Amino acid sequence: MPTNQTSGGEIWKQRTDKEQWIRWFFWLISLSVIAYAWQMISEKTIWFFVTDAPNQAADIAARMVPPKWSYIDQLWKPVWDTINIATLGTLIAMVIAGPVAFAAARNTTPNIVVRTAALFIIVSSRSVNSLIWALILVFILGPGVLAGTIAIGLRSVGFCAKLIYESIEEIDHTQVEAIEATGANGAQKMIFGILPQVLPTIAGVAIYRWDINIRESTILGLVGAGGIGLQLNGSLNTLAWTQVSMILLVILVTVFISEWVSAKVRGAII
Amino acid sequence: MKNLSPTLNYPSIWKKAPFIKNDFLRWFLFISVALYLAAALGTMDINLERIKEGLPRAQRFLDSFFPPNFSDNRGVVWEGIAESIWMAIVSTVAGIALSIPVGLGAARNLAPAWVYLICRGIIAASRTFPEIILAIFAVKLFGFGPFAGFVALALGTIGFYAKLLAEDIENCNPSQAEAVKATGANWFQWVNYSIQPQVMPRMIGLSIYRLDINFRESAVVGIVGGGGIGATLNTAFSRYEFDTAAAILLIIILIVMILEYTSGFMRKWVQ
Repeated sequence: MPTNQTSGGEIWKQRTDKEQWIRWFFWLISLSVIAYAWQMISEKTIWFFVTDAPNQAADIAARMVPPKWSYIDQLWKPVWDTINIATLGTLIAMVIAGPVAFAAARNTTPNIVVRTAALFIIVSSRSVNSLIWALILVFILGPGVLAGTIAIGLRSVGFCAKLIYESIEEIDHTQVEAIEATGANGAQKMIFGILPQVLPTIAGVAIYRWDINIRESTILGLVGAGGIGLQLNGSLNTLAWTQVSMILLVILVTVFISEWVSAKVRGAII
Repeated sequence: MKNLSPTLNYPSIWKKAPFIKNDFLRWFLFISVALYLAAALGTMDINLERIKEGLPRAQRFLDSFFPPNFSDNRGVVWEGIAESIWMAIVSTVAGIALSIPVGLGAARNLAPAWVYLICRGIIAASRTFPEIILAIFAVKLFGFGPFAGFVALALGTIGFYAKLLAEDIENCNPSQAEAVKATGANWFQWVNYSIQPQVMPRMIGLSIYRLDINFRESAVVGIVGGGGIGATLNTAFSRYEFDTAAAILLIIILIVMILEYTSGFMRKWVQ
């Protein structure tokens, strides 16, 4: 136990001197990095605009109320599109993520080359934001819902596959051995030994990702990939602030409902 | 001994138990899912002509990605990457600094009811809107450049970090908290010596994860004017410099991979 020697005897302290110095050094380095980073950002900032921000905020807020309630008539279709993008995108992601996860899990992968390839798919899908995927896909497929759906799908593969393969690696092997002892072949082992153990995870991941995808699909329209983001972009570009606030309200409600649905479904399944 | 087995009629073929026991519910779910998928695919508006037209374009497009051009003539790639890294660091630190009070307030076992409700409200508000929408407004308020992106990412961090911090605090072992309280500790000592050591390892891991997320998000806030590598990427796309765009995407993937390994390593080291 580390203590301080004082005239009054030993007094407890949390860390030894060496730990104390290491921590102090660590803090010094971290703080200097942060200070430097802040320096770099503030160099590129026009501080006049920042100090003017409260006025701007008041101005925009004044322009945004009251929301243009009648605009909701034009929003039903985009909301429906947004939900479809999220749902079908999640479906695409799950279809691809299943095999990728089995290829990436240490205990089910056929060989190291396949595993590396699967891990690379996972990382690259996770690193590239859905908006960037959409940007690329709009070039290829043309603007519209399809580009958005595929963008969401490609973006979600990494997330879903990562969580699924981690749960495959954590399965209980005695069950697989038991199935093997009955004379099951590889596919049967997979279906009756491994799949039932990871099925709750798969369902949970799909619902969790669907919830995230609802949020992400609201913004894909900014680059032309369909959904309510198209209306948002149009309203922002024409400075129709009452429409913007209406759209934000609709997004808020959609996200709350999707969160509620996913919590309910998750509670029912797991 | 009497043989009972012929009288008990066991099924001789094993069948997997259905996923949903109630027949009616199962078929109802199947049919409604099928109907929904049909309706959703119907609105998909898949224009085969357009895709056929797009495929050779896609070919040319993908060709122009290779080879990635890391040394673009304007030298903006590395500048953008550096800006993104600075943005990610500062916004993570600021976001976490803001998250700690909010997270403490949003833990049911620490805060009184009214503080709890306010803090949960802040978290919900921050979680609802994606960083990019926050960035649009930040750009309107603070002007173009990394400061707007920094504000958007820091606000986005609150929803993520404070929520997980609050949940972790709620899952803490209460006996340790009681033991520290029994020594006569005041509120700050209580939180610092009983709660903090329990949540710290996970929180350090999460802060690196959030740094990773903020770096990735910094690649998109630039599309709406929030600075960082996203601005460079967007410029590369609109100038049809796809080889530069490919280089940027590869660098992003590489940095995310490094961060991911670091976070795994750090988590092990802290625990």
